[in-house]
Amino acid sequence: MFSILKTMWYTFLHMFSRRFTVQYPDERPRIAPRWRGRIILSRDPDGQERCVACHLCSVACPVDCIALQAAEDETGRRYPEFFRINFSRCIFCGFCEEACPTYAIQLTNDFEMGEYHRHNLVYEKEHLLISGTGKYPGYNFYRVAGLAIGGKGKGQAENESPPVDVKDLMP
Amino acid sequence: MSETARGLITVFVVLFVLMSVAAGLIWLERRLLALWQDRYGPNRVGPFGVLQVLADMIKVLSKEDWVPPFADKGVFIIAPTIIMMTTLLSFAIVPFAPGMRVVDLNIGVLFFLAMVALTAYSVALSGWASNSKYSLLGGLRALAQMISYEVFMGLSMMGVVMLAGSFDLSKIVEAQRKIWFVIPQFLGFISFFIASIAEAHRLPFDLPESESELVAGFHVEYSGMKFGMFFVGEYIAITLVSALMTTMFLGGWLGPVLPPLAWFIIKTFALICVFILLRAALPRPRYDQLTELAWKVMLPVTLLNLMATGGILLAWR
Amino acid sequence: MATIYIDNKPYQANEKQNLLHACLSLGFNIPYFCWHPAMNSVGACRQCAVKEFKDENDKRGKIVMSCMTAVRDGLRISIDDPEVKEFRARVIEWLMTNHPHDCPVCDEGGECHLQDMTVMTGHVYRRFRFRKRTYVNQDLGPFVNHEMNRCIQCYRCVRFYNEYADGRDFGVFACHNHVYFGRHKDGVLESKFSGNLVEVCPTGVFTDKTLKRHYTRKWDLQTAPSICPHCGMGCNTIPGERYGTLRRIRTRYSGQVNGYFICDRGRYGYEFVNSPERIKDPLRRVSGEGAGPGKYAPFEKGTALGAIKDVLNVSRGVMGIGSPRASLEANFALKKLVGAENFFLGIPDADYRILSLVLDIYTKGSARTPTLDEVESSDAILILGEDVSSTAPRLALAIRQAVKRKSFEAAGGMTIPYWDDKAVRIAAGGRRNPLFILSCSHTGLDDMAKERYFAAPDDLARLAFAFASRIDTGAPGPEGMSPDFKDLTARICGALESSKNPLIVCGAGAKNEGLVQGAANLAWALRKQGKSAFLSFVLPGANELGLGIIGGRPVADALKAIGEQKADTVIALENDLYRSLDKKNADTLLSAKFSITLDQISNETTKKSWAVLPAASFAESEGTYVNFEGRAQRFYKVFVQGGGTEESWKWLRDIMLEAGRPEASNWDTLDGILRDMANEIPVLAPITGIAPPETFRIAGMKVPRQPHRYSGRTAMHADKSLLEPKPPEDRDSALSFSMEGYAGVPPPALIQRFWAPGWNSVQALNKFQSEVGGPLRGGDPGKRLFEPGPGASPAYFAQVPPGFQPRKDEWLLLPVYHIFGSEELSMHAPGIASLAPDPYIALSEQDRLQLGKQEGEYMEVGIGETSYSLPVKPVRELPEGIALMPSGLPGLSGIGFPVWIKKPGKGARR
Repeated sequence: MFSILKTMWYTFLHMFSRRFTVQYPDERPRIAPRWRGRIILSRDPDGQERCVACHLCSVACPVDCIALQAAEDETGRRYPEFFRINFSRCIFCGFCEEACPTYAIQLTNDFEMGEYHRHNLVYEKEHLLISGTGKYPGYNFYRVAGLAIGGKGKGQAENESPPVDVKDLMP
Repeated sequence: MSETARGLITVFVVLFVLMSVAAGLIWLERRLLALWQDRYGPNRVGPFGVLQVLADMIKVLSKEDWVPPFADKGVFIIAPTIIMMTTLLSFAIVPFAPGMRVVDLNIGVLFFLAMVALTAYSVALSGWASNSKYSLLGGLRALAQMISYEVFMGLSMMGVVMLAGSFDLSKIVEAQRKIWFVIPQFLGFISFFIASIAEAHRLPFDLPESESELVAGFHVEYSGMKFGMFFVGEYIAITLVSALMTTMFLGGWLGPVLPPLAWFIIKTFALICVFILLRAALPRPRYDQLTELAWKVMLPVTLLNLMATGGILLAWR
Repeated sequence: MATIYIDNKPYQANEKQNLLHACLSLGFNIPYFCWHPAMNSVGACRQCAVKEFKDENDKRGKIVMSCMTAVRDGLRISIDDPEVKEFRARVIEWLMTNHPHDCPVCDEGGECHLQDMTVMTGHVYRRFRFRKRTYVNQDLGPFVNHEMNRCIQCYRCVRFYNEYADGRDFGVFACHNHVYFGRHKDGVLESKFSGNLVEVCPTGVFTDKTLKRHYTRKWDLQTAPSICPHCGMGCNTIPGERYGTLRRIRTRYSGQVNGYFICDRGRYGYEFVNSPERIKDPLRRVSGEGAGPGKYAPFEKGTALGAIKDVLNVSRGVMGIGSPRASLEANFALKKLVGAENFFLGIPDADYRILSLVLDIYTKGSARTPTLDEVESSDAILILGEDVSSTAPRLALAIRQAVKRKSFEAAGGMTIPYWDDKAVRIAAGGRRNPLFILSCSHTGLDDMAKERYFAAPDDLARLAFAFASRIDTGAPGPEGMSPDFKDLTARICGALESSKNPLIVCGAGAKNEGLVQGAANLAWALRKQGKSAFLSFVLPGANELGLGIIGGRPVADALKAIGEQKADTVIALENDLYRSLDKKNADTLLSAKFSITLDQISNETTKKSWAVLPAASFAESEGTYVNFEGRAQRFYKVFVQGGGTEESWKWLRDIMLEAGRPEASNWDTLDGILRDMANEIPVLAPITGIAPPETFRIAGMKVPRQPHRYSGRTAMHADKSLLEPKPPEDRDSALSFSMEGYAGVPPPALIQRFWAPGWNSVQALNKFQSEVGGPLRGGDPGKRLFEPGPGASPAYFAQVPPGFQPRKDEWLLLPVYHIFGSEELSMHAPGIASLAPDPYIALSEQDRLQLGKQEGEYMEVGIGETSYSLPVKPVRELPEGIALMPSGLPGLSGIGFPVWIKKPGKGARR
């Protein structure tokens, strides 16, 4: 009985304490740099799509809201033919960014994604792709990986020696 | 002005004021709760968000009048009107100031008890007619809760009636000129307070509609204005029990300096705020604890209080 | 069995096996690369190291390669010893020094043995700081993609390609750490089994090029057990689907049928399912306004059924044309719809006679039809008139193994264990089991043959009779055989008589009944001599034998009925009449007042029918095929095509229900029609038991078609609608179109993919076999319908065919088969079509010289009323009076082999 009165008294005293509410949008909240907001696809420093359509983000996604199809251009470079994120399902867990081997998929600070129609929350590649490198400047997957693509032949990646001459028997 | 015309005007004034108060209470409750929980509450529509209620009202009124296909249609529609009617009717006997009341009933207290008993039908029927498990559970809980708490609610008022020697609420107010009955009838006040929380199914005794377990209890299936009626009914019920407590225990309109009506409003308002504070502060008890409290604690306490009052009165006279 | 101690616990192991094989069979995880159960051990990768101890007091032990260590009683080893674990982790680190780390863009990623083994050994971080070795890739044709940088030098590819499949255009080049696996120069891989490199390679050096065009990871593929529809072998496959199109085919291991490998036609022919030529809606020929040849308008399913019912009601007679590529269920449903007397097997007359004969031989014969597994165990083989490598490629691969099997025998004599691959090969010194090929021209197995003999099919038949009568004098023999054959007969009969499990292979390829009879006589004669002789007939259609079992009349009777105006409605079931009949007869059949065709891909017949109903392909239907050995096997829907497509038997059922026919009332599910079929046709009684029924559940759950990691579920349809559609329901099988369901190993007939925790690659198969390389747990799926009775002693075929008489101004035109080109459906796959030959006519060198034609020079050939202009291809060994033409190529279909054609006049030029 006394504890009830005490509770009521303490609750009553809260009348005089500071309010926690942030008056968004009048007051802008402080967004941490690692905030997990709207997902984007970035480009490598050469301005090419970073995504190589490896499907790791889609398999890491716990709500299965990423669907894509791999395709290859005539030089052997992989890219997603379509890349779709259903943000009405997305839980912004960041697993996709964690899984991405090429820094292509990144979560940004933007969280203001409200829409009046749910289908506007389905983002296709043209909505996701930005023109910069996003959070990770400098990295280019194809400069490291051994696959030959347009403008980079075998043995021209970082830390690679020129292709072996099969007919050479020198030690 | 004829007696009839005066009566009619009083009725409409009381009705209008009550409805506005109920609406205002929605806003007030949200603001107060927010205040005690270190938030702002509705502050966007109009100054301090007062027009929020208006916005909500427009929304509720413009909603589709939906009756679920599986519900018992007739009963489903009648149920919410009962709670509105009974609570509003109860106000007929409340004396706001000397001579300011709708009817002058010499059995005012009994009339109030009768009306409160009828509200039980509203929740029970709505729970039953919705034909859904949550509603039914809510309705059953409500029924048991209201019956249990009604028993000692009536008894807790009897001490006051004994002291005043009348069922007429104006006489009861007049009888408190010397001392407010809250002092001699403290136990009675407490038990009436608890019973009225339960009767209005307000937190912490909102088990019939407990959101966390029954979604919204007896009114899960209600929407639009029918839900609005339950909602408004609840706030009118709070106002009603606050007004009655003011009348019976806190000396009604009596008070120095200020006009009688002002005193009545101040006291009632203070009580309403206590109700809201309760909601802000207290958690909901378990269902068995609730009934246990009614039958094992409150009933014996009120009976004791009644016996003591009677005994003292007998001995003193 | 021997007792071995693994980490001080005793286990029972087979002492014929090597230690790695035994440990994997016992369920232990030992990493390995170069070892393969079908190709045994070479000890190249040093990955499967374990520690061997002298006895229980030995604490130091020594590291040995488990694949090169024999199991012996009392052997004590440790797999978990810290030193050996460290050893394995370092070996893989060393293998990975040059690996390009391009898993994200590698098609093997997610089902990579190298990934699995790296995780298993615990190697995580690359410490090697120096430059990586790189290679230039080769273009290996339309099927296999080459990415040499990923190679870890396990040698599996060359061992499969050169030693198992006997390919000659692939090898290992260069030396030391520059070793290179590929061809001497860019070009299409010659072996018809090159696709198996994709599965054999433990990493992403060889990947599926057709998959690359619509790449999907293994975890995103919806898969179901299926049967290859491209020939009569009945190889078990696992097709995978994503976004409504078929993406690839993988081998579904079956101990008795195809083992670990399938041919390239089976692996790459699947693309016909995605063909733009697919029929997706019921079509009706436009009449009245806008009418014209080939003008069709789609119509609703309900309207279609109603219209067909009306036709059936007014029709004077309905004839059903069955199909060797439709399932048992579809053919049975059609037979029920039209009645037994109106059901015709939609195959050429020559094939009809051979099929009836083969069924007769299988039913009453005394020689067993071998499973492919048993083919590999036969020790003398005679092939009569069939180019097995083109008409039944997987059988040819099995025959290759049978021939090479001699080496195990030779090695066994020197106490070399069978699994010590290199030693076995050296010990064998090229000794082989005898293979004799009797045909009218060269075949793909010639390189394995001990002796070849080329003659006209009639002469070959006489030879077969002669062999039979030599082995068992009770068998009828030909009169007046030339004495030239004496030696040949003696050699072949000698080899057959000195063998334990001789195998006689014949087939419908030569279109000669005498040959089939002769083969049967020979096998039966060998049986009489106490040999456990095998007799195998190669039939072209995936369900040709099944069609024969359902039974019906020859198409000639249907033509007669049309001619006599006894019937005016024809229902053609998954059968392009312009392929199975010649043009004139097909025109006659389609001249019926109403012709209704059920088919998958638009073809000549669908373009001339009154109505076309879209039939589901093998990947979209559930049903049963009977393969060449008489094994009934179930295949399952991989996905639902959508649109108006439906399984043929369901179309026919719905027509019957619409027409108020009571026979179809129990065909609500596949199990219903299977029950009716089993009750009605005694031979088919076992088919209800070849796979679990629809009601089958494990722990109350169905078996899911999608892997538990299936991705994109809530986004793949989001471009069309945010309401995620309910997955299709499968009321015909115990499989579900879902990720949810029983996650463990399902019963063998329902194995929809090979995956086990830690084993994402196809090598997870080890966990599905009761013994690695042995049968699947619970037995290999499918049931054989024909087993020779214990005392069967069939009467020999007494009619010895007369010898072939070449005509002066005519050739006997016979078909020649091509693995890529002769089969109808696979030709709709772009890769297969690109490797198909152009039409030609093959003439003997003598005839060519007589005509004065150069190789490749065009020549007019008149067949019936059609005239073809074809380049000449000289074939040196072709017997006199015979010409060959590729069977089934586009533009050459509908020729009723064998047919006599006129020789053009000498020097007649175009």
